Amino acid sequence: MASLNVLVLVCLGYVALLFLVAFAADRLAATGRSTWLRSPLVYTLSLSIYCTAWTFYGAVGYAARSGLEFVTIYVGPTLVMIGWWWGLRKLVRVGRSQRVTSIADLISSRYGKSNTLAICVTILAVISVTPYIALQLQSITLSFSIFAEADPNNSYNEIASVFWVAAGLAVFAILFGTRNLDANERHHGVVTAVAIEAVVKLVALLAVGIFVVWGVAGGVGQTMARIDASEIGQWNIDRGRWATITFLAAAAFVCLPRMFQVMVVENDDERHLRTAAWAFPLYLLLMSLFVVPIAVVGLDLMPEGANPDLFVLTVPLSQGQQGLAMLSFLGGFSSATSMVIVAAMALSTMVSNHIVMPIWLSSRGTGASVSGDVRSIVLLSRRVSIAAIMALGYFYYRLSGGGAALAAIGLIAFAGIAQILPALVGGLFWRGATRTGALAGLTVGFVLWLYTLLLPGIGGEAMPANVMASGPFGLSWLRPQALFGIDGLDPMVHSVMWSLSLNAAAFCVVSLFGFPSPIERLQAAQFVNVFEHSAGPRGWVGSVAQSEDLMIMSQRILGAREAQVFFHAEAQRQGARGYLPEPTPKFLERLERELAGSVGAATAHAMIGQIVGGSSVSVEDLLAVADESAQLLEYSSRLEAKSDELGRTAHQLREANEKLTQISLQKDNFLSQVSHELRTPMTSIRAFSEILRDTEGLEPEEQTRYATIIHDEALRLTRLLDDLLDLSVLENGQVNLNMGEGLLTEVLDRAVSTAMTGASRDMRILRHVSDERIPVHSDLDRLTQVFINLIANARKYCDANTPELSIRVHEVGGKVVVDMVDNGSGIPRDSRKLVFEKFARVSAERAGGAGLGLAICREIMQRLGGDITYLNGHQGAAFRVSFPSGYQLAAQ
Amino acid sequence: MSAEPDNDPSQVPHPPVFLERQGYRRRRLMDAARVLPLIGAGLFAVPLLWPGVGETEAPYSLSSAIIYIFGVWAGLIILAAVFGYGARRLGRSSDVPGPEPR
Repeated sequence: MASLNVLVLVCLGYVALLFLVAFAADRLAATGRSTWLRSPLVYTLSLSIYCTAWTFYGAVGYAARSGLEFVTIYVGPTLVMIGWWWGLRKLVRVGRSQRVTSIADLISSRYGKSNTLAICVTILAVISVTPYIALQLQSITLSFSIFAEADPNNSYNEIASVFWVAAGLAVFAILFGTRNLDANERHHGVVTAVAIEAVVKLVALLAVGIFVVWGVAGGVGQTMARIDASEIGQWNIDRGRWATITFLAAAAFVCLPRMFQVMVVENDDERHLRTAAWAFPLYLLLMSLFVVPIAVVGLDLMPEGANPDLFVLTVPLSQGQQGLAMLSFLGGFSSATSMVIVAAMALSTMVSNHIVMPIWLSSRGTGASVSGDVRSIVLLSRRVSIAAIMALGYFYYRLSGGGAALAAIGLIAFAGIAQILPALVGGLFWRGATRTGALAGLTVGFVLWLYTLLLPGIGGEAMPANVMASGPFGLSWLRPQALFGIDGLDPMVHSVMWSLSLNAAAFCVVSLFGFPSPIERLQAAQFVNVFEHSAGPRGWVGSVAQSEDLMIMSQRILGAREAQVFFHAEAQRQGARGYLPEPTPKFLERLERELAGSVGAATAHAMIGQIVGGSSVSVEDLLAVADESAQLLEYSSRLEAKSDELGRTAHQLREANEKLTQISLQKDNFLSQVSHELRTPMTSIRAFSEILRDTEGLEPEEQTRYATIIHDEALRLTRLLDDLLDLSVLENGQVNLNMGEGLLTEVLDRAVSTAMTGASRDMRILRHVSDERIPVHSDLDRLTQVFINLIANARKYCDANTPELSIRVHEVGGKVVVDMVDNGSGIPRDSRKLVFEKFARVSAERAGGAGLGLAICREIMQRLGGDITYLNGHQGAAFRVSFPSGYQLAAQ
Repeated sequence: MSAEPDNDPSQVPHPPVFLERQGYRRRRLMDAARVLPLIGAGLFAVPLLWPGVGETEAPYSLSSAIIYIFGVWAGLIILAAVFGYGARRLGRSSDVPGPEPR
């Protein structure tokens, strides 16, 4: 039997070997000759830290208890990997383009670099991963105890061994995980060591499996027969658990901090995913291939009450296979150590970047540029975090007593970490997801998980028995394992169902009703559309004076040489001669990403903000400025509209003024014309009446002649005054229309006969009586007056040898149109505009009337709702009279 | 408004609507690869339908369940590998990272 001392020696030797490998790998990577280190194979193997000691030892125990249910733990990740095109590809791309350092950093970065959110995720991760680390301690301790039992000089102390295991793992993790500061840089050493451990555990499990199947059971066929004959030989699964755990494993595979570390942060090349998509499921398949045979054979061989979690170790031991047992022990040891190292690394990065550094920075208060060597502070905080996390795991193990079945704790941790899933998936695929939504979802999910699963699950008196039985304060619908009275579900299914569904619901509802800050919206666009633009807008603006401060700060975080190289390269990129580049937004953005690799996105953002702060324009500021200028723009456009309006009003006023001036002029003209028109007959009346009065002995004929002239002139005056009165009445709108009905032909008949009476010369009137039989509703007397005027004008002014007047009537769209065209020479072009003005006479020599006729006609037609216009395009004078046929007018 | 020719949206090159045969094959292969996890989830859900202990007189034996589950598993792995290599071989000449092709 191998003594405990030999075992310890083997462990130390193994660890020393890993050290050497890691060291060599780091050296190789530094010299750039490490092409195989970056191969997809190493990436795939590093993913195998998914398989911890829980899966190495616990899977067999799980199978011994619940049959095939254990495969769900592997099936979930298999589906995620095979479906890499859906989600992992995007996750890795985002992780690389944003230089995220952990899952908390990713969530914080997506939701506007919110440190609150990062702290929440970190706390959630620490709480759910701590039991998991305790689990690893437990498995190593248990496996030690197996060998200790067989050791004749038994000096094994369980408590002491747990302590030393924890301490050893902490040292291991500190030495491996904090060798370099930039968490975003590839830890080639760690990854290579993890890959080797992956091979060791696979080989160990396969070796035990092959030994059991061919060495103990005697071949595949007999193994199958044994399986069917065993107590778990019949198909018996809890369907709810089968589906739930598959889903849970898939979710945890993406959300677990250590998986995120190797899958996203340590990813060298996106194309590795393509290989890992089939190679990692293959690894999982091989890891679980022999689980059931080992469990069945263990159940057969081992005495009643043996811990099935340790069959991998005890079965070879019971068969006297010391070497195989040792290999198997190393496999379990590898599983535990690799998981603990990577988990501690990932968690310590989160704790130091999101909790320690912000507190430290704000406690200094003076800003990043004047503080001490940030580099050593970050490293120190990371190391302390690792130690603290391991201590937490150790105390958790001590408190829980290490008695619970391994698998139960593992699943509880899965359910806790899966609470990140809604925020993660929502952040990657939904631009509307907001910070408050993510916070709400995480809080709801975390509290429910704590209440329904973790506290009842860790044993002891964490959850008082009376609360378990009848709910808090006697509220039975709040019983931790039967929320809302839904009883009888498996506690795991119950908890996952409620916590994840309410988590997602809170996340969605709060996101829907919230409004994200500008920086959140920018980040959302960058994350969701990562394939369209892998780099995006940031909002730093700095001045030259700050370059030096930035340099000083960067030296403290990145290291003096690295920072100088980076700044020099930037300066050269900008085409400057010196070592200090201009703090252009692009440079600041690159610097922020560079720093983010060391201290996380939120802290890097805050640090640059502190330095560039004074004159910086943050994205919020920029957007606020944009907002303000949008307001200015709106204001000025409103001003413009107003000034346009003013301009229009002024124009209208000018027009009105012009019109008034014109009207005043017209009035003056009118008055002078009226007085002129009145004076001419008055003069002749006065002259002839004076002759009649003063001249003695006038002949009676002469007397009669003079009296006739006086009479004619008086008649003319009366007519003029009548017309003027008529016009002024019409113009003032005081006219009373005497509406009546009749046929248009009758109106025209009357007008023609009146106009042609006493005509000195004959004029032919051409009419189409059939067209004129249109009933009209109008003031027929006024209409007749208009027609009389037009016909009389034609008779007076038509200069043709055989004057003709053609009257054409037609009806267009409810309007009656009467055209009167004569065959004379018409009205000269430039007089046409004036014919409707008062006292306008076309030819002075034939002045018969006062020149008011057409003006009156126009007024009448406008009163009747129609118009009278001069028709161009005819040889003779042509007038068009149009008016409504009258039935609409009658209704008014 | 500036009217520089390089800002003219009509001048921005659009990705071609139709692809040559090789690109077409590659995208259909990607389509198949996308459906694969859904098929896998469906196949892994089939055991939920099997009658268990106490539900029927002859419940499924564990060995046949193992054969089914590991068979499906291996099948998925092989298909994923075939799709991965197929896409890589077809895409070698035109492996352009960028907007997702349709």
